[in-house]
Amino acid sequence: MTIKQLSVFLENKTGRINDVVRTLGQNGINMHAFSMAETADFGILRLIVSDVDRAVEVLRGQDFAVMSTDVVCLGCANVPGSLAVILEYLAQEQIFIDYMYAFAQNDRAHVVIKPNDMTRCLATLKQHGCDVLSDNEL
Amino acid sequence: MIWNTSKECMSREQMRELQGKRLQKLVVYVYHNVPFYRRKMQEMDLSPDDIRGIDDIVKLPFTTKQDLRDNYPYGLMAAPRSEVVRVHASSGTTGNPTIVGYTRRDLSIWSEVMARSLSAYGVTREDTFSVSYGYGLFTGGLGAHYGVENLGATVIPASTGNTEKHVRLIRDLHITGIACTPSYALYLAEVVERMGIDKSELDLRIGAFGAEPWTENMRREIQERLGLKGYNIYGLSEIMGPGVSYECQEQHGSHINEDHFYPEIIDPETLRPLPAGVQGELVFTTLTKEGMPLLRYRTKDLTSLMPGTCPCGRTNVRMTPIMGRSDDMLIIRGINVFPSQVESVILGMKEFEPRYMLVVDRRNNLDTLEVQVEVRRDFFTDDIGAMLGLKKRLSDKLKSVLSISADVKLMEPNSIARSEGKSQRVIDKRVLV
Repeated sequence: MTIKQLSVFLENKTGRINDVVRTLGQNGINMHAFSMAETADFGILRLIVSDVDRAVEVLRGQDFAVMSTDVVCLGCANVPGSLAVILEYLAQEQIFIDYMYAFAQNDRAHVVIKPNDMTRCLATLKQHGCDVLSDNEL
Repeated sequence: MIWNTSKECMSREQMRELQGKRLQKLVVYVYHNVPFYRRKMQEMDLSPDDIRGIDDIVKLPFTTKQDLRDNYPYGLMAAPRSEVVRVHASSGTTGNPTIVGYTRRDLSIWSEVMARSLSAYGVTREDTFSVSYGYGLFTGGLGAHYGVENLGATVIPASTGNTEKHVRLIRDLHITGIACTPSYALYLAEVVERMGIDKSELDLRIGAFGAEPWTENMRREIQERLGLKGYNIYGLSEIMGPGVSYECQEQHGSHINEDHFYPEIIDPETLRPLPAGVQGELVFTTLTKEGMPLLRYRTKDLTSLMPGTCPCGRTNVRMTPIMGRSDDMLIIRGINVFPSQVESVILGMKEFEPRYMLVVDRRNNLDTLEVQVEVRRDFFTDDIGAMLGLKKRLSDKLKSVLSISADVKLMEPNSIARSEGKSQRVIDKRVLV
């Protein structure tokens, strides 16, 4: 089970991230998690939001270059070593991680992973009984 | 169709004789009516009698844009003010604007050469033609307008601005032809697509594009996206306005209305005439103009001349597409760079929108060139490696075409200013001390 992540292309320009989050806010779209990847002159803002399709629509309307990407969202215990165990499963199967980001609250942590091979990544996680989230659980 | 066979298909001998006669008459006219030219000729020890044929044109003094500014506003006008029926002016971004004046006969020649151009594109009385150059002081709008009327087609004076309304008119009035800048044609294509209109719903078949240099790639793109055939129209207000030269169905060089505008190609450094086929600066003499005739006006446009009969039957000389302007040319780290070179690279890559901005700067005494481009929405990807790869591919191509390296900056959609007239494509921040 994968979830949809929203990716937004941004020039490195003061106030640009704010333009994105303000637009989402004005349209009643909530953000669960995000990460910002940056290069020397542009960045890609990646977000998990409450309504991806609507977010794509409203941001396109504001001339942003946006797309939705399939990613895996894992739930695990917020204790030392719990992520290491899961990543070890993936490493053993030679599954490469393009990028990932995480957020933790109380006793639970959530990890967003973009693997190079989605099918094998999901199969491996399932085989080890990992907690893979679907949209409606977020 | 050929509008004026007797002038467009004249034998070379007859043409040279006509040009010679007109030049002789012109020189006498300006010598007696324009103190600026009389003084210049006297300084060169030249009298109107010394001009006996078209070959003697090389003896005459040049005219530059600076001369027009120095004689602002009416200094170069040859006709009495009572005979001048219209005035146009250039934008004049630096110093005085350039003022040009026309007599009634000048206007009638202008609409004649415009009708020749439109006719060469295939425009007939059955066409409905939208003029989307700016109407006003700029010569594009009114110049094209009266040409369409003279030919007898229906003119829609759309001018620029309110592009969505314009697109609806193109569809609803079954507009078949349009005159505008090539960059506005691309913008129009974008608006058509954004409005969800398919090009098959439009009857456009002919585009007369000019007022800025454009490339074959740009032509292909406009033709594909608007479903028409695009022809070059060339002109400049100092000489007349649009209609100085025009492409025919061959789309291979623009025929110069040389019975009215005599072309020469010179080396911009030595000012010596260059032989046919060699690229240099285009110079025009207005053989028949009354209002503000000019001798050997330096256009700054870089091109070459193609003599010989065209497969279309016309014998008047053609000019190759403008390769840039000698004053648009940027010298970056000692290398000549033309914005049109950058444009051809960008238009050759489908991942980018057909617009760009060049930012030239100087850091630590070294010139820098930044090329800003917009990535098309469909080609945006979440993969940073792929985006950086795209950027590298463009900068590698630019390097091989320009011979200097450029910093490519990927921009968000619609962040580079669109233009409805001539587009501003260069920002030169260098402060030279």
